[in-house]
Amino acid sequence: MSSVLRRPTFLIGLVITLFLVSVAIVSLFWTPLSPSKMQIVHKLKAPLEYGLLGTDQFGRDVASMLMVGAWNSLSTSLLAVAIGATLGTAVGVYVAAMRGFTETVVMRACDIIFAVPPILSAMLLGAFIGSGRFTAIIAIAVFMVPVFARLTLGAANQIWTRDYVTAAIGMGRNRAKITFTHILPNISNQIIVQVTIQLGLAILTEAGLSFLGLGMPPPAPTWGRMLSDAQTFLGPAPWLALLPGLAIAIAVMGLNMLGDGLRDLLDPRDQT
Amino acid sequence: MITLIARRLAGLIITLLLVSALIFAVMDFLPGDPASVILGTSASADTLAALRQDMGLDQPLVLRYAAWLGGVLQGDLGQSYTYGVPVAGLIAERLAVTIPLAFIAVLLSIVIAIPLGVQAARHQNGLMDVVAGLFSHVSIAVPAFWVGLLLIILFSTVLGWMPAGGFPGWGSGFWAAFQALLLPAVALALPQAGVLTRVTRSAVLEVMNEDFVRTARSKGLSENTALWRHAVPNALIPVVTMLGLQFTFLIAGAVLVENVFNLPGVGRLAFQALAQRDVVVMQDVVLFFAALVIVMNFLVDLAYLIIDPRLRAGVR
Repeated sequence: MSSVLRRPTFLIGLVITLFLVSVAIVSLFWTPLSPSKMQIVHKLKAPLEYGLLGTDQFGRDVASMLMVGAWNSLSTSLLAVAIGATLGTAVGVYVAAMRGFTETVVMRACDIIFAVPPILSAMLLGAFIGSGRFTAIIAIAVFMVPVFARLTLGAANQIWTRDYVTAAIGMGRNRAKITFTHILPNISNQIIVQVTIQLGLAILTEAGLSFLGLGMPPPAPTWGRMLSDAQTFLGPAPWLALLPGLAIAIAVMGLNMLGDGLRDLLDPRDQT
Repeated sequence: MITLIARRLAGLIITLLLVSALIFAVMDFLPGDPASVILGTSASADTLAALRQDMGLDQPLVLRYAAWLGGVLQGDLGQSYTYGVPVAGLIAERLAVTIPLAFIAVLLSIVIAIPLGVQAARHQNGLMDVVAGLFSHVSIAVPAFWVGLLLIILFSTVLGWMPAGGFPGWGSGFWAAFQALLLPAVALALPQAGVLTRVTRSAVLEVMNEDFVRTARSKGLSENTALWRHAVPNALIPVVTMLGLQFTFLIAGAVLVENVFNLPGVGRLAFQALAQRDVVVMQDVVLFFAALVIVMNFLVDLAYLIIDPRLRAGVR
């Protein structure tokens, strides 16, 4: 516990992330106003002038939209990272158990996937299957697969050289069993850290996709589309551009700090 | 050295071929072929069949890929359906915006990150280190397109110093064109600078404990000379690697930032192609960017060989 308290990065990250998750969950049950309720008479009101954070061009409550946006952004990113991490880890540990030619082929495939930024693959997917949450999740998840495959391959390769693994091989355990009993438990810390960090990246990407109109369709409020809508009102209502961006930045910063802090906590060897 | 480069080059060509085949296959695998995407749902079966034949979509996948690849090798990327001109020309035209934009952004990020990272390492745990840490934490977390919006609010709406967007073209003079690219480049550079600052700091910290830096100090060199002449050049390898790895994100950022600032670059072209369902342009732009990332990583690999003599000696 004292080691946790001595790490301000971890603590700040944890507080921000918990706050974000709470806001997202609360938004499922309660928001100050309905985020889709239009009140044209109250349009473009500054923060505190009407509602806590003002209103947009349709008189919708910005605070409520940000709250629901937190849920939309977080749940999309979480799903995408969960899919990417699961597939990537599976590929990584499988390749580590096989080595040889499989490793060369899979790593080359990872290079190829990694070469297409998720924004572009979402655009490509969007052209064919239409844009929306599903497209965004797939595009982000596909990009995450090589990230986790590379990470777990590297980490798993190290574990495969350990004495206890050699002993397990000597005892006649098969590679699948060794992967589940020795490899995965020993690399899980690194995967958890990476999930946290990649969540931040996923939130950034999701915001970018929504900004381009490739995320969840309206009227569901997303941080990215709020920013996109705000572009027309930069002069008269700059807070519309400030607040959603601030929400994204704080969320990503919180997750990054939590990830960094977790890395220090879980892996004391790597503290450069 | 030559064998090593030749081997990397062969790897590069294979990767490029595979990536083109993959994107081609994905396009084919997705529901709805390009012809129906272009014509929409209201087209008659005859019109659809005619366009399919015109685009060669009635041919088997392998033949289409071979034909397309043959075209690409001769600089023919196909015809845009909305613009009615060759896609190669469209992309080349837009590169006059995207390449300078990316170049200025990378340059800016290096100019910000290397001094900041080096000073942070030199004054480890000092004020400079805290400032650099804060800078990288914040700049990594902010989306480039949001920074773009903030810059527009500050420098165009409030101060009126800079144009809010658009590109006058290089024909209207260097300064006017450069001015139009400056704010977008800053927006694009900031997140990159955050990552680079971090990498520079930890690389310099690591190198500063090496024997050769201690030797440099002990032979009477000042702390600054030892740092800049001996430590920094040796710390540059991870920084160059990170520059290469960040290239994917730079491109993703460029697509967004070009849209914020209304710049007629390749990213904006992709976005317009999506809106107009011009799948040929979409496919070519995605391929182009993917190829760019792969070639960039190849160049970083080569730079690695040049910077680090140890890698030249041993075959990796």
